[in-house]
Amino acid sequence: MTTIAWQRRRATVRATWREFASQRGGLVGLIGLAVITVLAVLAPLVTDASGLDVTRATAAPWRPPSAEYWLGTDHNGRSVLLLTWWGTRISLVVGLAATVLSVLIGTVVGIAAAHFGGWVSAVLMRFTDFFLVLPSLVLAIALSTVLPRGLGTIVLAIGVTSWPATARLVRAQTLAVEARPFIERARALGGGHGHVIGRHVLPAVLPLVFVNTTLTVASAIVLESTLSFLGLGDPTRVSWGSLLHAANMHGAVSQRAWWFLVPPGLGVVCVVLAFTLCGRALETVLNPRLKGER
Amino acid sequence: MIRHLAGKVGGALVSLLFVVALGFLLFRVIPGDPVVAMTRGRPVTGDQLAELRVRLGVDKPLGEQFVDYLSGMVRGDLGTSHVYSRPVLELIGERLWPTVLLVGTSTVLAVVLGLWLGIRGAWRRGSRSDRISTGLALAQWAMPTFWLGMLLSLATGDLFPSGGMRYPDTPPDFLSQALDVAHHMVLPCLTLIAVVYAQYLLVMRSSLLEEMHADYLTTARAKGLRDDLVRRRHAVPNALLPTVTLVFLHLGLVVSGAITVETVFSWPGLGLLTYEALTGPDLPLLQGTFVVLAGAVITMNVFADLLYRVLDPRVRAS
Repeated sequence: MTTIAWQRRRATVRATWREFASQRGGLVGLIGLAVITVLAVLAPLVTDASGLDVTRATAAPWRPPSAEYWLGTDHNGRSVLLLTWWGTRISLVVGLAATVLSVLIGTVVGIAAAHFGGWVSAVLMRFTDFFLVLPSLVLAIALSTVLPRGLGTIVLAIGVTSWPATARLVRAQTLAVEARPFIERARALGGGHGHVIGRHVLPAVLPLVFVNTTLTVASAIVLESTLSFLGLGDPTRVSWGSLLHAANMHGAVSQRAWWFLVPPGLGVVCVVLAFTLCGRALETVLNPRLKGER
Repeated sequence: MIRHLAGKVGGALVSLLFVVALGFLLFRVIPGDPVVAMTRGRPVTGDQLAELRVRLGVDKPLGEQFVDYLSGMVRGDLGTSHVYSRPVLELIGERLWPTVLLVGTSTVLAVVLGLWLGIRGAWRRGSRSDRISTGLALAQWAMPTFWLGMLLSLATGDLFPSGGMRYPDTPPDFLSQALDVAHHMVLPCLTLIAVVYAQYLLVMRSSLLEEMHADYLTTARAKGLRDDLVRRRHAVPNALLPTVTLVFLHLGLVVSGAITVETVFSWPGLGLLTYEALTGPDLPLLQGTFVVLAGAVITMNVFADLLYRVLDPRVRAS
């Protein structure tokens, strides 16, 4: 019984992969993500973290790109290339952690709202709608201002503000699944809430959640860079947003220091685009209605 | 219709109450002692802390504070700014018009640009211009607003003022003042448009694509209508409906954009006020901007819902 189920699952995964691989955009995004991840993991092995220390900076400040410093130096004389490289780590980690939190909240709320119905659903959906219209940056700013600065705060602020879209999506999908006869069969055979949700609803909802996750990561990374740019990030760590914050505070625009402005922003754009491309390709694979339309 | 209207307005009122309560929770309850949060990193004596507590009204029990806060809201009293030592509502009132001017102008331009490109893209789906404009829209969507603003500022050099809303030495007559403000507004406006129009483009494009295979378009063509007329009179009006609501639903996004754009270009609006409040941190001021910005977006959403009913006869009938 289980082996047949697993064979079928493996076949589905293979078919999904084939379709995904047939889309150029998705493949480009996936390769981009792989490269960026490898770079982020390799940073402490290949480079020397002491170059990030302001007190040990040796070069002159605001130096344009040269053979020694490929991307020039910042206002403290640190290498922009090194800073941007290390910034990848925080941006990715915060983006992923915030997404996990957001998708977790969204999935729990969405499934609970659809499965239990009645007043639970009414209250939860009212709550979701409220958070959906609330401008997320405004709430995230408020949260990260009143909580102590740090990575945890940023993750919390992004996670708490970006779950409602996932919740709505998961609720709709759960409702569609629970209307099907095999759920009624499971209930008739004595399956409780835990069984129905764990064995039937979750497996059917998860692919959709996964697609949603890739798209959520993209917006979480943008939100992280925005909060750090406003000076709400972890002051002890380098992220793309905090680099741009420093660039803005120390007048990189009036210094015409394009080499300090361009790399961190380009990093954000590349990661966000890669996630978005992957997400859109996955969406096309899993949603047959979109086939041939994009 | 009346019942629906009452329901929507009632729902929005509940949401506004939520916002007010959330404002209290965020700025009075979560920080523990708001005074400590506000003076973080600065040397202050115990006496100064106690005095600040009395001035902000946070020396009382939480329940009493909440009652004070609510009655203040009803009277239109949002408290007093810690940094400016002026009523928060007065500060917000001063900064409201620059934001409305900036956000209004860029939203209108972004909608026009987004819809036009979206319609063109969907009608000639898969053409080179469609691929380019969709790709560009995706790339722009991925860009952090503030980064684009800084790049624009860097690229245009001294062509446009780098910040503010007007030069101090402009003659006071209306024309020169208006031209000066327009000159200052070019870059912030362009930045906001670039970030927002992509959303409208993608929505308009996909919503027109859904209409493309509809039978009534085949009928219209069979009648012998020109391609241009089929698009303008039949397809676009139907596809426009979901887009209209989206214009309003994305106002939250525009508000976020305004905060960062105003910060980059020192545009003296609500966004810059929010930034000033968070760097303080000036909690009463931040609380005020939070309530006002969130309230504005919620109000706009109700408006969008009502507008949708007016525009779409199918929703009205049901």
